[in-house]
Amino acid sequence: MDISYTILIPLIPLAVFLLLGIFNQKIKPTISGYIGVAGLSTSAALSFYTAYQYFFVHGKVDGAYQAIIQKVTWLNFTDTLHIDMGVLIDPISIMMLIVVSIVSLMVHIYSRGYMKGDEGYTRFFAYLSLFSFSMFGLVLATNLFQIYIFWELVGVSSFLLIGYYYTKPSAVSAAKKAFIVTRFADLGFLIGILIIGYYTGTFDFETLNSVNSETGELTLNWASTSFMGLSVITWALILMFIGGAGKSAMFPLHIWLPDAMEGPTPVSALIHAATMVVAGVYLVARLFPMFYFVEDGYALNIVAYVGAFSSLFAAIIAITQTDIKRVLAFSTMSQIGYMMLALGVSKYEGHDGLGYMASMFHLFTHAMFKALLFLGAGSIIHAVHSNYLKDMGGLRKYMPITNITFLIAALAIAGFPLTSGFFSKDEILVAAFESNKLLYFSGVLVAGLTAFYIFRLYFGIFWGKETNYKHAPHESPISMTLPLMVLALISLVGGFIPFSKYVSADRVGFEAHLNYPLAAVAVSVGLIGIGLAWVFYKKENNLASKFANSFGAFYKWTYHKFYIDEVYLFVTKKIIFNLIAAPIAWFDKKVVDATMEGIGNKTVVISKKIKGMQSGKVQDYAFSFIAGVVILAMVFIYLWTN
Amino acid sequence: MIAGISIYEILTVTSILFFIGIYGFITRKNLISILMSVELILNASVINFVIINKYLYPDILQGVFFSIFIIAVAAAETALAIAIIINLYRQISSVEVKDTEIMKY
Repeated sequence: MDISYTILIPLIPLAVFLLLGIFNQKIKPTISGYIGVAGLSTSAALSFYTAYQYFFVHGKVDGAYQAIIQKVTWLNFTDTLHIDMGVLIDPISIMMLIVVSIVSLMVHIYSRGYMKGDEGYTRFFAYLSLFSFSMFGLVLATNLFQIYIFWELVGVSSFLLIGYYYTKPSAVSAAKKAFIVTRFADLGFLIGILIIGYYTGTFDFETLNSVNSETGELTLNWASTSFMGLSVITWALILMFIGGAGKSAMFPLHIWLPDAMEGPTPVSALIHAATMVVAGVYLVARLFPMFYFVEDGYALNIVAYVGAFSSLFAAIIAITQTDIKRVLAFSTMSQIGYMMLALGVSKYEGHDGLGYMASMFHLFTHAMFKALLFLGAGSIIHAVHSNYLKDMGGLRKYMPITNITFLIAALAIAGFPLTSGFFSKDEILVAAFESNKLLYFSGVLVAGLTAFYIFRLYFGIFWGKETNYKHAPHESPISMTLPLMVLALISLVGGFIPFSKYVSADRVGFEAHLNYPLAAVAVSVGLIGIGLAWVFYKKENNLASKFANSFGAFYKWTYHKFYIDEVYLFVTKKIIFNLIAAPIAWFDKKVVDATMEGIGNKTVVISKKIKGMQSGKVQDYAFSFIAGVVILAMVFIYLWTN
Repeated sequence: MIAGISIYEILTVTSILFFIGIYGFITRKNLISILMSVELILNASVINFVIINKYLYPDILQGVFFSIFIIAVAAAETALAIAIIINLYRQISSVEVKDTEIMKY
């Protein structure tokens, strides 16, 4: 199967970015919107074509999906170690292509309505295209270095888009925060890559991940070198997971995600809900055989526990937040924790690889319904001009389409039966149940909390108190509601895709079945959550605040996100700044700079003093010259004659 | 050979001429005088070329040729110097050395 045309999938958005970026001022906003949508549609069409060709025509050889790779050598270090550029097509990269292209296309269409009349309209579309390019490049990467390059590129696009309203100080600082925190995590990623390159001599995913079919073990010899009781490869994997955790907002590197909500809402939907933040999950999935086989999945256990903890942590915080976008941000973090958890409990072969498949499935469904939630929130914010729950209420009468689509998304994320979230969540819980009961219970608890906070949001926005609006809110234009409807449709029926046939850890595929008892548990927990939200928030009452008061300090802690931000600030400002940065700055200013400046200053002073020697008269110079010659002549004569 | 005059006497004369030129170059206040002093220096060296050629290597004429070169170059140089001095006079209405200190430091 010739896949060279897939290179166009990232390159078209890049071309659009260059076009819109270079001719920023010359292009009329309406036209730039159309250019962006057209470029992305082409990429999306190519993605779908590739998916069709791969899954139904060419991909399967001997009962298993093969990875198809085309690459060129880009940097040649030694005969064995070189960095390639290319495209890698396998089930998960195809799945990500589909996710990215659907969500990105919907966000492009939506932004045409949402950003209408904004000054930086063309710039916005240019950045969106840059992001799409980077994300497509990331999912198609064939080796660790290529993924790292695009990893940074999505980081840059995220930075640019969070700081899109660059006149707002809060947006600027949020952009900086996001960039610095993820950059800090990427340091781990880079060190991990270098360790892998040094000890294995390759960056290629296929070489690293290849599993010996006879012994059922990794062909890579990971046990040769160890460091502090663990294989160096395990260390490398842990470091790379730190990079992934930074990008995917896992505890304790999650602090940038809530602040990233300063960006325009379509950006939050695209980058901070559906695509970029799942890059960490994608990375772990991409290296899954390594994570699973090296040292019996030591690193994978860390992934599972970090994921489980983050999901619980974020779900608790999400309950108390009042900014609707922040609730969704914590919800995203929680759901990504779910995916990490699923990957962490997964095994490799056949049906045992359920967790892997469930994680990818949840990635897919979550991308759809979370993008839908964000776009719905954008539509609401567009109508109400506020992010806060207190300014909303009773909106169902004004915005019927947003109401229904938001409800569908909320049902999907709560795991209501037959919506897409129900299937993926059920499989995650089954996988957790089979592997680790503690993680399973945390997962069930999170399912309940998720249902509660999302319906708190839903009821708070569309039902609840009757707010007197200054301007009556109205439904958004068709360019905004159309993406909502498309995504709602996918959120409704996406669960019926036989995902396990196409995506599985060993790429063979298997039949997944609903586990009815576990599904019943999850659904009933979800329903309890919805019911509680119904009681508290459906009608205006003070039950919720009474309830919150009974928690007292814990509620306050949660409301302040467990003071993680303050802890970071304390560590950075008080400890690192005062104890390390300030002395270094002093040394730099007083010693290094002062030395160099002193030399310069002294030279100036001395020059001023002795400049009188320069009379400007040729005769004086000639006199000195001749006197010198005479003296030299005398010296030489004296030396020669003796 | 010039009968009755040895090379030493001629070299003594040219040395005196040379140092008169040096003295004039350093002490004169007028640009024209300085130029004339430079000419003295040049002439002293030209005479040296001719005399040394005549007394030490009577078979060849390179010293003489060289002196002609020097005279030609000196003529050109004088023309240039005079041009500069005239321009300077147009600017500051003076050919005194002490008035030409504007390029100091």
